[in-house]
Amino acid sequence: MLSKKEKELIAEIWGKLLPVAEDIGSDALLRMFSSYPGTKTYFSHLDISARSSHLLSHGKKIVEAIAEGAQDISQLAVNLGPLQTLHAYQLRIDPSNFKLFSHCMLVTLACHMGDDFTPVAHAAMDKYLSAFAAMLALKYR
Amino acid sequence: MVDWTDAERAAIVSLWGKINVAEIGPQALARLLIVYPWTQRHFGAFGNISTNAAILGNQKVADHGKIVMGGLERAVKNLDNIKEVYKTLSVKHSDIIHVDPDNFRLLAEIITICVGAKFGSAGINPDAQAAWQKFLSAVVSALGRQYH
Repeated sequence: MLSKKEKELIAEIWGKLLPVAEDIGSDALLRMFSSYPGTKTYFSHLDISARSSHLLSHGKKIVEAIAEGAQDISQLAVNLGPLQTLHAYQLRIDPSNFKLFSHCMLVTLACHMGDDFTPVAHAAMDKYLSAFAAMLALKYR
Repeated sequence: MVDWTDAERAAIVSLWGKINVAEIGPQALARLLIVYPWTQRHFGAFGNISTNAAILGNQKVADHGKIVMGGLERAVKNLDNIKEVYKTLSVKHSDIIHVDPDNFRLLAEIITICVGAKFGSAGINPDAQAAWQKFLSAVVSALGRQYH
């Protein structure tokens, strides 16, 4: 459950990260590919080496979706509809990978925000990413 | 036994060398109790942990954080023998403290996040993170190994 304060904090943080969506997204992806090589199997059709245009644009896309969801968390079910369908019927990424990506995103955020990644921000962000991942997997079966 | 490349050994030792146990340990344990509140079930004897502020200011939590983090030293010094190093500690967590081993994984993830917050992207790049997480996975596995 996210409190009103937590929702506001999450919206604020992602609002500030949007201008560097490419950097944040590609960093999180790269960390995931390095620590969990099995996740690379979903990207055999792309060049996912560091700073590649594919990695940057893909990272940007993901962060923009997460940031957009953060602006109105109570409407997550509605706003994620198209992405739910995409992941369930086309991408079919095993949802266990969402946890791996979320963890790497938290590491990226910690690296980027330093002291500003307070325990409160950490808890709120962990909860939001968990909710986002659960919502994304909702149409799988 | 875990296979470590030279690069992995170097990354783990280097990262450990930078980590201040007295600083990261308390932060990591406090975050465990804040981010995953159900873990507080093991800390009833630690006094007031009813709010985030209470947890962050609790000396027993801080002291215990230092002990837990300091416990990693033995693993860093014995990378080729981690299972043996934590045998007794694993039995203790299973038979005496009764900790769900999944908690070890949660704490390991939080330690990595704290290290990230402290050293930034340059201090723990993707390859260093991978080596560090492989190390922590070995520790987590060793701690859960004697459960029965």
